[in-house]
Amino acid sequence: MSSILKLENLKVRFATHRGQLEAVRGVDLEVEAGTSIGIVGESGSGKTVMSRAAMGLLTGSNVTREGRITFDGKVLSDMSRDEVRNEFGTGMAMIFQDPMTALNPVRRIGSQLQESLRVRLGMSRKEAKARSIELLTLVRIPEPARMLRKFPSQLSGGMRQRIMIAIAISCNPKLLFADEPTTALDVTVQAQILELLTDLRQELNMTMVLVTHDLGVVAGNTDYVAVMYAGEIVEQAPTTELFANMKMPYTEALFKSIPNINMKAGSRLPVIEGRLPDPTDRPPGCGFAPRCNYAQDKCFTDHPELEVAKDGHLYRCWFPLGDSIQRKVS
Amino acid sequence: MSNHAHLRKDSDVILRVEDLVVEFKVPGNKVVNAVSQVSFDVKEGETLAVVGESGCGKTTLGKALLQIQKPKSGTVRFSNNELTALSKKDLREARTSIQMIFQDPISSLDPRMTVRQIVEEPLWIWSKGDENERLEKVKSLLNNVGLDPELVLDRKSYEFSGGQCQRISIARSLALEPKMLICDEPVSALDVSIQAQILNLLNDMKERYGLTLIFISHDLSVVKAISTRIMVMYLGKVCEIGTTESIYSKPAHHYTAALISSVPVPDPTYKTERTPITGEPPSPVDPPSGCRFRTRCPAATELCATEEPMLREVSDGQFVACHYPRA
Repeated sequence: MSSILKLENLKVRFATHRGQLEAVRGVDLEVEAGTSIGIVGESGSGKTVMSRAAMGLLTGSNVTREGRITFDGKVLSDMSRDEVRNEFGTGMAMIFQDPMTALNPVRRIGSQLQESLRVRLGMSRKEAKARSIELLTLVRIPEPARMLRKFPSQLSGGMRQRIMIAIAISCNPKLLFADEPTTALDVTVQAQILELLTDLRQELNMTMVLVTHDLGVVAGNTDYVAVMYAGEIVEQAPTTELFANMKMPYTEALFKSIPNINMKAGSRLPVIEGRLPDPTDRPPGCGFAPRCNYAQDKCFTDHPELEVAKDGHLYRCWFPLGDSIQRKVS
Repeated sequence: MSNHAHLRKDSDVILRVEDLVVEFKVPGNKVVNAVSQVSFDVKEGETLAVVGESGCGKTTLGKALLQIQKPKSGTVRFSNNELTALSKKDLREARTSIQMIFQDPISSLDPRMTVRQIVEEPLWIWSKGDENERLEKVKSLLNNVGLDPELVLDRKSYEFSGGQCQRISIARSLALEPKMLICDEPVSALDVSIQAQILNLLNDMKERYGLTLIFISHDLSVVKAISTRIMVMYLGKVCEIGTTESIYSKPAHHYTAALISSVPVPDPTYKTERTPITGEPPSPVDPPSGCRFRTRCPAATELCATEEPMLREVSDGQFVACHYPRA
């Protein structure tokens, strides 16, 4: 297996009136072709910024990006904007969180779907129309030919997200970023969209990066999981390994705080007290230490590095769970 | 046609809703039945969860209870007051004992008011106590919802995170010591870790203030932690109502079962037995005849298209509106 996307020491900073805000602080990530990886974290953990930076979408005078991004053998971080743009659609594509605002409200579905086919693949009108009907069938939209004439406002959230997916896969991208693709949707529709993404990934042999705050969404739909906290990857492992053997106290806390449908009715949920550290003023030690039940003195002063355990399990913790070290529980 | 089999006659029923109908006019001289002949009751100290997909009428129902949205017909009886028949003045007074918290914690707070003003406003409107007493009350409310009064009193809502704003909303809703709190998707805009905090807080406040809760949500996993009874709605109708235990352990309506099996489980080894449910809810402007769920139901037959199922008891305290309930 070769890697399709490789991030090396990726850093993203925003200049704000309160100083430099370091949203992503040195992320190393390798995504193997044909797999799917879930990026999990709370709001503000840097997961969306990381995926957008990896795609080269964050530009502007207030953004500083450092590090090396390799996509499909090409060094994306050295390319010009136009060269990066050439990768969109055919190389990589993104599905955004909010299907309500991601589509242009004044253009018909057909014209939005055919745009990338005509521009990127140079199809004729006729070809593009035929292909867009195929695409709509692929994302299981009933009566695809009629759908082309509609405007986004005539569709439900789930239908719009299907259209977004159709647009994203229209030029057969090798890598698909899905940024919280189901957060704005109802549970029954969410289940359908996740199934659709998993099926399409296999049919079209795509690699997928699924960004979400929901460990439940990650569990059934990914091969690998990376957990982000305060702009860093704090734990990474194959999905089954991660859920079976959590090493990072943060992952465990996040997992426990999910209201689980299999828990006892009326039971009290464990919570993570406190909140993410201020991104303009990070503490010197582990970012999770102030909220961690197992934190020791060292955690507040020394920043842990990413350790490698067996089975490709990475974690960033001085006192990982499952170790025999005596922990004081505060 | 009476559909009241599930209503209880006990004396501690605090809210009794019968045949509530809320309609909206839509373009083309059409009418949407957002809430259609809904009846239910809530006992003192219960937490009733109202669950369903977007567009099933659960938010409209919440608003109609408070008469924020005027129902077209039906009755809403809240501790011996018929809310639909009250004059404007009496209704205002009655509303002090039913309060509501909303889905979006940030936009439901006035950005120009300080936290002190926001929480004090209900007390000020009803002239409760003098200035000092009100300040003390505000401080104790903020303390109870887990905010440090000294730090937050003079700050404005935009300085707070979503979870903190929801705490402020809860403090405000409790200022007049209501008997009932209607929570409309109070945690769906929050992160998982914050969700748990707010759910626990609502449970604590329920204990401390002796509240009765109506908890509106689309998320069945969230509801399980907080509710004692669950009412499942689909396209403005009640599908199923029963105790939390019975709804989760043996859902009788096919829609309830589908909702439960759609919740993602955070365990990669867990194999869901997905109840097949396809498509999306049909338009409420032109709902299907008979049972409204039949177009997506795996068990639908001719009968479902011609005859609307009534709520009937399938086990102790569990009622379902289905011709072919799940065994």
